[in-house]
Amino acid sequence: MALWLEIIVSVFLVIGGVFGIVGSFGLVKLRDSMQRLHAPTKATTLGVGGVLIASMIYFGAIKGTLSFHELLITLFLFLTAPITANFIAKSFMARNMKPTDLPDTTRPYGWSVYDDPPGDTEMQEDARLED
Amino acid sequence: MLKRLIPHPLVSLMLLIVWLGLVNKVTLGNVILGGFLGLVVPAITAPYWPNRPKVGRPLVAAEYVLIVLWDIIVANVQVALIILFKPNKAIQSKWVTVPLELTSPEAITVLAGTITLTPGTVTAALSADGGALLVHCLHAEDEVAVRDEIKSRYEGRLKEIFQ
Repeated sequence: MALWLEIIVSVFLVIGGVFGIVGSFGLVKLRDSMQRLHAPTKATTLGVGGVLIASMIYFGAIKGTLSFHELLITLFLFLTAPITANFIAKSFMARNMKPTDLPDTTRPYGWSVYDDPPGDTEMQEDARLED
Repeated sequence: MLKRLIPHPLVSLMLLIVWLGLVNKVTLGNVILGGFLGLVVPAITAPYWPNRPKVGRPLVAAEYVLIVLWDIIVANVQVALIILFKPNKAIQSKWVTVPLELTSPEAITVLAGTITLTPGTVTAALSADGGALLVHCLHAEDEVAVRDEIKSRYEGRLKEIFQ
């Protein structure tokens, strides 16, 4: 295994590790849940990204087998990370915040955590009229 | 006839690629099996896809992916610096309302995902009528600048791609 390849793989591993540890440190250091939510979204992007790039280079250049698994891991992370973050944020808002703590929607309707979508209220009113 | 056989060509292609990635080996047998899955799965799930979004401009879409990847790298470094070197008292977290011009649910989903993936901003909620996004910024001095950057950098391109 060539030395320069080893160095490139190591550099990516170190980059991934550094961002992973900064993300974990952020979890400890930051003050409230909404701020802490920013730390894991970072660890999944560059932290895992660095390790995956290192893995692809290692298997591609050194073992001589092209590996697609890393691309799939990236794809699945990019699909799941925002949804998880969104759900954590929503449950935090529902439990710990009031609609008055948040900025205005600039729309006639409030945020979906506190308000029903327009169609639903109309349907409820229709149901009430039918009763 | 072709439309009934392949109701959603992009999903079929995606399934084939994901299948080949999962088995991690491109052989004729795997391609045939992946192609079979790509034909059967969309056909079975077609009733759950009432609207089929059209991805109109593949080149703009490719450019969008590259821009987002670059932004993820830049913003990662920025947020790492904030976490490591800014004292907690100096971090100004803010809520930002981003009014949307996008209407298709798929485009809004992609925009919300992009905002969360670029570190420093997390999409927290959608307004009840789907017309605005609530974004939480880890550190922002000017919420208008954040809103304008999201709108010009991401939403403008998504509008071209999806509409």
